[in-house]
Amino acid sequence: MENMNITSAQYSTFNESNVGIKATIDGVEMSVPLDPANRHYAEIMRQVEAGELTIQEAD
Amino acid sequence: MPISTINTNSIADDAVTVPKVTDQVLTHRNRIINGAMVIDQRNSGTSITITNTSSYTYTVDRWAAYTYPTGSKFSVQQNAGSVTPPVGFTNYLGATSLSAHSIGSTDIHVFRHAIEGFNIADLGWGSANAKSVTLSFWVRSSLTGTFGGSLTNGLFNRSYPFSCTISVANTWEQKKITINGDTSGTWATDNTAGININFGLGVGSSYSGTAGSWASGDYRSSTGATSVVGTNGATFYVTGLQLEVGDTDTPFEHRSYGDELARCQRYYVNSISTSFYNQSVSAHILRVALPVEMRANPTVTRTGSFWSGSENAPDIYPQYGNKKAFLISGGTSTFLGGSFLSDAEL
Repeated sequence: MENMNITSAQYSTFNESNVGIKATIDGVEMSVPLDPANRHYAEIMRQVEAGELTIQEAD
Repeated sequence: MPISTINTNSIADDAVTVPKVTDQVLTHRNRIINGAMVIDQRNSGTSITITNTSSYTYTVDRWAAYTYPTGSKFSVQQNAGSVTPPVGFTNYLGATSLSAHSIGSTDIHVFRHAIEGFNIADLGWGSANAKSVTLSFWVRSSLTGTFGGSLTNGLFNRSYPFSCTISVANTWEQKKITINGDTSGTWATDNTAGININFGLGVGSSYSGTAGSWASGDYRSSTGATSVVGTNGATFYVTGLQLEVGDTDTPFEHRSYGDELARCQRYYVNSISTSFYNQSVSAHILRVALPVEMRANPTVTRTGSFWSGSENAPDIYPQYGNKKAFLISGGTSTFLGGSFLSDAEL
């Protein structure tokens, strides 16, 4: 069933705060906002909660 | 009936009926965006093979295809096969089977259109006051028989499978299906998915249900429906989709191209290009405005080259525009520019 293929996820920061996630989803690098209504963010968090994905801290 | 011919007597004589005048005096009837398949920002009419088994692949605007558990069973294209659309239309969405695939019980091969909750809030679904709706569309297939689809809620745990019969191969037929409003379940009334409309191209028994009634569960089609992906080269075309309140179908609500495009851009904006030059700054951030307020803060993807004096890629901050813009940072470069697409699809 629908289950995006997310191979990497890392927080991006602005003024030392996490403001988004740079993720590779289905082979494409995307900048994902921290918005629960955004389908990519929702899927990232679903996979995190399921223990299938870890979001790396920003560099 | 032209509005100019309506007079007091004709109204008094009941000569004026709702179906006769609705198409001229009532707009915003159709809850479906891009039901005439006119807007195709992503693919511009080129064919795409649906390979991704992990998530939806968007085709013409607001329409997505999904294939599971194995991909490459069908391709999708605006005006696939270049047949003449139904009278009054110039475009359609077409699927073509790429093999003779035997459907397993968990197979799902579908088109889907998701209607935002804000746009169905007045239907009262999930309550005793749920209103009926009528779904109408034109369909054409190289196959004949009973074809299936469904309406589901955003959570995919309430479903109304429907069926329609295609009597003559390779001939456009208009179908009309009236659906009693669902008095149960949870139906979103915000900016998340309210109603999903699915058209089955081949759906296994686990995701097929009895046509004509509401059920708990996730059904994408009706039991016994014809499998398009079961016949190599088979085609399935649709256009003129309209979902409206009530038990009567009315003529398709044609909108201007600009109106339809703006509605689509609430969910997806293709390739915004921007550039900036400033020789004196040591660092800068550029705000990129979106053409309309999007449904949610969008996911932003860089496309093509990014021009920057010192960096290969920009930092993108889609969250800072309040659904109306996003920010990009070019570090210390004096040149800053590139192309970006924004995705707030359901």
